[in-house]
Amino acid sequence: MDATAKKKGFPLPSSLKVIAGTERAQAAYPYYTQFSKEDDERFWFYNSMHFPEPMCVFDMITAEAAYCALGSANTRVHCLPTTLGIDCRIINGRVYIGGNAVTDPVEIARRTKEFQRRAFYYYENWERLFAQWKDKMMGLIREAQALPKLELPEFEPLEHVHAGRGIASNHYILDTYQKTLEGYFRMWHHHFEFLLLGYGAYLTFFDFCKKAFPEISDQTVARMVAGIEAEIFRPDDELRRLAKCAIELGVDDQFREGVSPDRIMKSLEQLGEPGLAWLKELAVARDPWFNINVGDGFYHSHRSWNDDLSMPFAALPSYIANAKKGERLERQTDKLIAERTQLIADYRELLETDDDRAAYDQMIELAHRVFPYVEGHKFYCEHWYTNLFFNKIREFGGLLAERGFFPDVEDVFQLSHYELEAALVDLMTSWSNGSPPRGISHWPAIVRERKAAIAEWAKHETAPALGPVPDIIDDPAIVMLWGITRENLDAWLRAGEEPDSNEIKGFAASNGVVEGIARVVKSAEEIGRLRKGDILVCQVTNPSWAPVFQKISAAVSDIGGSMSHAAIVAREYGLPAVVGTGTGTQRIKDGQRIRVDGGRGVVTLL
Amino acid sequence: MHSSEIIGWFADIGLSDRPTVGGKGGSLGEMTRASIPVPPGFVVRTAAFERSLGALEKEERVRSKVEALGSDQLEQIAALSKHLRARLESVPLPDDIHSEIIAAHAELCGTTLDSPLAVRSSATTEDAEDASFAGLQDTYLWVKDAPSTLKYVRSCWASLYSVPSIAYRRKHGLPESGVAMAVVIQRMVHARTAGVMFTRSPLTGDRSVVTIEGAWGLGSAVVSGEVTPDRFVIAKITGEISVRDISDKHVQHLPAPNGGVIEVETPEPVRRAPCLSDAEIGALRDIARRVERHYGRPQDIEWAIDQSGDILLLQSRPETVWSSKDRAPVAKPAENPLQHVMKIFGGRR
Repeated sequence: MDATAKKKGFPLPSSLKVIAGTERAQAAYPYYTQFSKEDDERFWFYNSMHFPEPMCVFDMITAEAAYCALGSANTRVHCLPTTLGIDCRIINGRVYIGGNAVTDPVEIARRTKEFQRRAFYYYENWERLFAQWKDKMMGLIREAQALPKLELPEFEPLEHVHAGRGIASNHYILDTYQKTLEGYFRMWHHHFEFLLLGYGAYLTFFDFCKKAFPEISDQTVARMVAGIEAEIFRPDDELRRLAKCAIELGVDDQFREGVSPDRIMKSLEQLGEPGLAWLKELAVARDPWFNINVGDGFYHSHRSWNDDLSMPFAALPSYIANAKKGERLERQTDKLIAERTQLIADYRELLETDDDRAAYDQMIELAHRVFPYVEGHKFYCEHWYTNLFFNKIREFGGLLAERGFFPDVEDVFQLSHYELEAALVDLMTSWSNGSPPRGISHWPAIVRERKAAIAEWAKHETAPALGPVPDIIDDPAIVMLWGITRENLDAWLRAGEEPDSNEIKGFAASNGVVEGIARVVKSAEEIGRLRKGDILVCQVTNPSWAPVFQKISAAVSDIGGSMSHAAIVAREYGLPAVVGTGTGTQRIKDGQRIRVDGGRGVVTLL
Repeated sequence: MHSSEIIGWFADIGLSDRPTVGGKGGSLGEMTRASIPVPPGFVVRTAAFERSLGALEKEERVRSKVEALGSDQLEQIAALSKHLRARLESVPLPDDIHSEIIAAHAELCGTTLDSPLAVRSSATTEDAEDASFAGLQDTYLWVKDAPSTLKYVRSCWASLYSVPSIAYRRKHGLPESGVAMAVVIQRMVHARTAGVMFTRSPLTGDRSVVTIEGAWGLGSAVVSGEVTPDRFVIAKITGEISVRDISDKHVQHLPAPNGGVIEVETPEPVRRAPCLSDAEIGALRDIARRVERHYGRPQDIEWAIDQSGDILLLQSRPETVWSSKDRAPVAKPAENPLQHVMKIFGGRR
């Protein structure tokens, strides 16, 4: 351990000030998310992996619902022996979180007994429970899709009256809103039903490999475990399929860079038979595979491919060009499976004892069983379901915007979910009593103020961590989900001390060395700035950015471990990647020349 | 080209011949037979040494005198060493040995008159798996003619009685009767880059990597420690290069015009440039894997890349440091495989 780092520590939460002029916007976040004096005693870190940008007050629900479910799975359902849940605070729109470790040996022993009765049951019955999970998740998605359209007609439809429904339309506004929230909170429980157990089995194998082969790279272990046919590859696979299909139908010349999806689709329609055939294939791909959003599902602004076709359409011209050059577009799953099998066998051969080999076999077997969940759940939870959720909230936004609560549909996200419920009750009341809603004179100024605060907060960097540095980080959730280790923290502290060093260290995520121009992309909306051969530098990379990976020459991220989806996609594309640099987006200047050494996990500023 | 009691061509010998060709000779023969690229050559077997020593023993006691010394009697060791080395270097070679070496030499050099050779000691106890005995005897590089070759054969024999060699054997109580010297004579590689590699990590013992150290010129500069080599670590299975430590290789060993080796300064910017390309690092790893597979255990290898870019191995011996450690299994199989996850969930303190 680095002695100076320990002494130094991170700034205390109480020293972090709300940026002047944004105090009221800060106060909009619920009382239980505000820092208090007692919080100075604890270690917190900025969850820039999930919340790389200031988060508006409605989107806070993505933290709230997620931590509620994560905590209950850890604390009460599976009873993880050494950790409870995650605490969460918000300041200047930035989400800080802290683990809740269990340290009392008696308590750990008591929880261990419970854990083995619960988690082991899950592992033993994984296939059955996972099949059941998919059914539950699809049921949840169908429920969300079946939520009624929001309508407040001038007069209640006659058929409702004649049928004696007896309940007026305004009631269904509140009912649907509450169901929307309920479904979203429930979805997060499903999300965490298997997640920690899945990561834990993977980390068990990872830990063994690191001891048996101290110099093995993280990415090699990841390659031994990674699934081949996981859902996260499907959206990108579908794009490749569509590219091939365009060539086969002879409509590939319609896809040109810089032409909007609308214009392309119109001209395909005009082409008649072959164009229509391609559009039919597009429709097949869209449901469900275009329900992937351009972020990680934690912001309302991360729209799905279905909502904004410009991302998938932007990728099509180069996929078509590659196919014409004779490149095989489909992923060669047989080859990938054979490579993985060979890799596992080759490392096994290097083990020195029969005991080691037997233990290795047991651990890789378990990791392979559980990993499809770890890789697959995101598509259903963070992408598909989350898109449905945010789009439903947009419908409420439309209803309110129409009636003058605020100018734009998207402004609805400037209200917390509590405030939104209040606004809807206001609307229901106004519809029922014929008076104008009170909200039209209440919300517009608040919405303006909060939007200005978000813009202001985005201009300020925030500390990567707060409070005293713990000696050991022994919380499996923090290590697994955020890749935060004692070594990371020391590196973050050192980064503050040595601003002159031209090297930035991170996790070696995908092998190779590349020099090029850095494109610092701070939000999903900026993806369009990337040019062929650029090096993507971002806070967190995301698999739905996969089409971007064919353009870039390397990737660097602030947060993430070797099993982050970015690392997986980078390896798929054979691009060098360094993840978990902590400060990459702050230290690398847009347009700067850098060298990315993905094998060593080092970025050099040139 | 035929082998005899005196001469053993690489193609005719292997590890099992170590008692008569020494560790180095046995290893070079073994690799030649396994089609691993090695500069061609032959071994002057220990029989030649034994006969010359036998002739000397008739005039004065040698082995029993050495055995009578204690390992801490440095002055006496130094005096005896000086005496014995001088005698061995001047002992006349029996006619048949002389002519066999000359004939083999001619065959090795062929029509190339100016063919430089390496004359290397290959002691029978050298590179024993239980004792790192390497480096205590002499090697002569860039030897250019038959008379010099004959001279250095005797110098190699004599180096068995160098001060450090005697001291080492006395310290470990090795019986003198079991110690003999064979001499390797092989074509010299005009190395562009040379060095050593280990088929495991010398730092962690990790068997999944090959660690390569190399510098410009002949490998002697690396082996003797006169230059800080570049260091590369490459994953044995995947070929990922995880470490590229490029050092300032300020000097290199090059052949001297009249035989032997000179040390010259390496100019900028070459001295700070990597001495191996990624493709060469990959090719070294391929050879390292083949050698390790052949021997069935981790190896410590000397290699060189000649002016045309071909890789040649000069030596391979079992790695001794990590292999001698008893490694407890990292984990044992569990009756319930799920117990393994407790390592992660059960707390690591």
